[in-house]
Amino acid sequence: MRKGLIFGLAALAAAAGATVAAPGTARAAGEGIPLPSFEWSFDGIFGTYDRASVQRGLQVYRAVCAGCHSMDYIAFRNLAELGYSEDEIKAMAAEAIVIDGPNDEGEMFERAGLPFDYFPAPFPNDRAAAFANGGALPPDLSLMAKARANGPNYLLALMGHGYEDQVSDETLQQIFALETEKRQTQYEANLENYETMLEVYEERVEAGEEATRPTPPEEPQPVESIEDLGLSEGLSFNAYFPGYGIAMAMPLFDDGVEYADGTPATVEQMATDVANFLMWTAEPKLEDRKGMGIKVILFLLVFTGILYAAKRKVWADVH
Amino acid sequence: MSGFQTNNTVIKWIEHRLPIFSFLDHSVGSGYPSPKNLSYFWNFGSLAGITLVIMIVTGVLMAMQYTAHVDHAFESVERIMRDVNYGWLLRYVHMNGAHFFFIVVYIHIFRGLYYGSYKAPRELLWMLGVVILLLMMATAFMGYVLPWGQMSFWGAKVITNLFSAIPFFGDGIVVWLWGGFSVDNPTLNRFFALHYLLPFVIVGVVILHIWALHRFGSNNPIGIDTKGPQDTIPFHPYYTVKDAFGLGAFLVVFSAVVFYLPNYMGHADNYIPANPLSTPAHIVPEWYFLPFYAILRAITFDIGIPFTGVVIIEAKLGGVIAMFGAIAVLFVLPWLDRSPVRSGRFRPIFRLFFVLLAIDVVLLGFAGAKPAEGLWLLIAQVSTAYYFLHFLVVLPLLSVFETPKPLPTSISEPVLKGGGGAMAGAPAKPMEKA
Ligand code: HEC
Ligand code: HEM
Repeated sequence: MRKGLIFGLAALAAAAGATVAAPGTARAAGEGIPLPSFEWSFDGIFGTYDRASVQRGLQVYRAVCAGCHSMDYIAFRNLAELGYSEDEIKAMAAEAIVIDGPNDEGEMFERAGLPFDYFPAPFPNDRAAAFANGGALPPDLSLMAKARANGPNYLLALMGHGYEDQVSDETLQQIFALETEKRQTQYEANLENYETMLEVYEERVEAGEEATRPTPPEEPQPVESIEDLGLSEGLSFNAYFPGYGIAMAMPLFDDGVEYADGTPATVEQMATDVANFLMWTAEPKLEDRKGMGIKVILFLLVFTGILYAAKRKVWADVH
Repeated sequence: MSGFQTNNTVIKWIEHRLPIFSFLDHSVGSGYPSPKNLSYFWNFGSLAGITLVIMIVTGVLMAMQYTAHVDHAFESVERIMRDVNYGWLLRYVHMNGAHFFFIVVYIHIFRGLYYGSYKAPRELLWMLGVVILLLMMATAFMGYVLPWGQMSFWGAKVITNLFSAIPFFGDGIVVWLWGGFSVDNPTLNRFFALHYLLPFVIVGVVILHIWALHRFGSNNPIGIDTKGPQDTIPFHPYYTVKDAFGLGAFLVVFSAVVFYLPNYMGHADNYIPANPLSTPAHIVPEWYFLPFYAILRAITFDIGIPFTGVVIIEAKLGGVIAMFGAIAVLFVLPWLDRSPVRSGRFRPIFRLFFVLLAIDVVLLGFAGAKPAEGLWLLIAQVSTAYYFLHFLVVLPLLSVFETPKPLPTSISEPVLKGGGGAMAGAPAKPMEKA
């Protein structure tokens, strides 16, 4: 009886789901290779942050990334959520030099950082940051894990699996095949374009008009190496960065930091830790949220069950 | 007002001076008779109303912390997420509430389309609904600009630029909308003012909408009028408890998204602060605008007098007209579908076309998410054509050529399952004019 309406709405619902999923997958589908999927402690209904890993990630950030990237939305006091003691936080804050003021004499002055200060930025402004990095601006990292589709997986892939020294041969071959195909399609489009232009040219010549002969497009060479990708000067290859050329040289090297907890600092380890840390900086309330969600949904399920029983009871005499 | 009885002296005292209790009783109480056969599709009206309240409550609370300035908007939203007590909850509820508002209202609208709820005597009720839809779209669009992320900024730019397609006055109108020569601080400020205002305008129109509803009561899945008390049950307790159960079920799904997938329906780029100098790779509106966005971009050709090269409507303007036309046809729908039978249950051919329309809108949605080129452009164009064909040609023709199944005589005595047979009830007859 109601099939028509139900079918129509089912189609609508499917569309809603699929179109919503589309933007997220667009990058993987249209512009590059698919991202690998890693396991994260914060995934799932009971997900929580792996404190030790996030702390190590903080260490990597402070030792490596903070030289170029700011972290505007995190204050030293926030580190209490990661399990640092008040004294540890004070000590970390004190390492920063903060410009404060004006004082009673109207002068700005420098002082050691205090827990309520935000993480200091490495450059006074965006222009200075870009200038120091060959024209490319290192973006603020506070929200990075939410500002890229599939954030944590993307960050780990970018830092730990994407650079020339790290990338697997299989991934490389995938990229080469993809690029070869892309160039071939582009070439075919150009060729078609060229043929129409050639016709126009020949017509003009026949009519005695002045015309320049169009040049045929060059046949594309298959992409067989990273050099064949033709990345601009100063860019490093990265399999997961859109366009494959990133203005950030590989930032992580084995033993680039010495972990306070003694964990061996492999690139993979550091990349995982920094991705965990960046997820925390982007979504510091994740644990509160997931914890509250369980309670809310359990309550609602029981409450809705009671309402359903009430509904059945009230409606029992309606035929 | 008759019917409302009480022995409570306080209530009597108030009721005598301000008859609010009998008013409530007639609106959502035992004094409001409703058809006894309403299905769960009739839950979505009250769900829409409750979602509107949720949006207003969370919105007002966030407005106390939000700063409508291009230099501070993004940051102030992050402060709400991080430093305001339960600010993350407020924001995620408001953000996802908008998505669910549209899901609920779209189901509500398709319910109306299928059961012919737009037909006499409910034309004005339907048209007020379309006004609500338009207001919702304007509100959602301007709300999306407020966090001042990349998609906020570029979405605002693309959509406001549409108005430049209007002949002669277009560019002037755009500057007037912006309050300057680009999307900038004045734009953000006025969008905030309007985003705060419009939901209360919606409340006003919803009151009119419900007022009109109560004039003749709800339509129902069979689509025939109630013939007397045997066909109705009092709104309270029957539909109050049913709506409450529906609300519970809705909140379970809503909470699952708010607490476990809060950013699933959003776009990652909106966590990047707005940057007028860097255009995102793909500017995609929120999903609930996609079908309309597809229609907008489907018109890629100028419309003019054939063979003369005279252009009457440029492609850009044509797209804008088509997009607004897609909603305008809904306004006149009661006069396009002249079939005397309301419910799609008794209209076998209409039902097929209804399913086609639903698929068509879905296709438009997909096309809206893709770059307007190649196959997807073609799909968008065919779907746009069918959308208008459905309302402007198919429905008027069906009203003439379709033979509806026999209607039951009344709600309380629905005739033989399947509707056929010698004993079938009264033949379809035009409904009374009101
Ligand atoms: C020498 C300076 C430098 C250091 C050190 C550095 N970066 Fe970068 N980073 C950059 C620059 C420059 C860019 C911009 C790249 C571009 O746009 O091509 C960038 C971009 C990024 C991006 C954005 C990629 C995208 O999708 O747009 C991320 C994420 C990132 N860096 C993370 C890190 C992390 C994590 C570290 C520490 C392990 C780090 N960076 C260390 C300079 C640096
Ligand atoms: C804020 C948005 C809206 C709210 C709060 C709202 C609220 C309601 C409520 C409470 C009802 C009665 C219960 C029901 O039948 O579900 C109703 C009925 C109705 N609404 Fe809406 N509505 C909204 C938007 C719309 C829109 C956008 C349309 C159509 C374009 C629409 C068309 C109708 C029609 C035709 C009815 C009568 C339905 C019937 O009795 O069959 N409404 N609305």
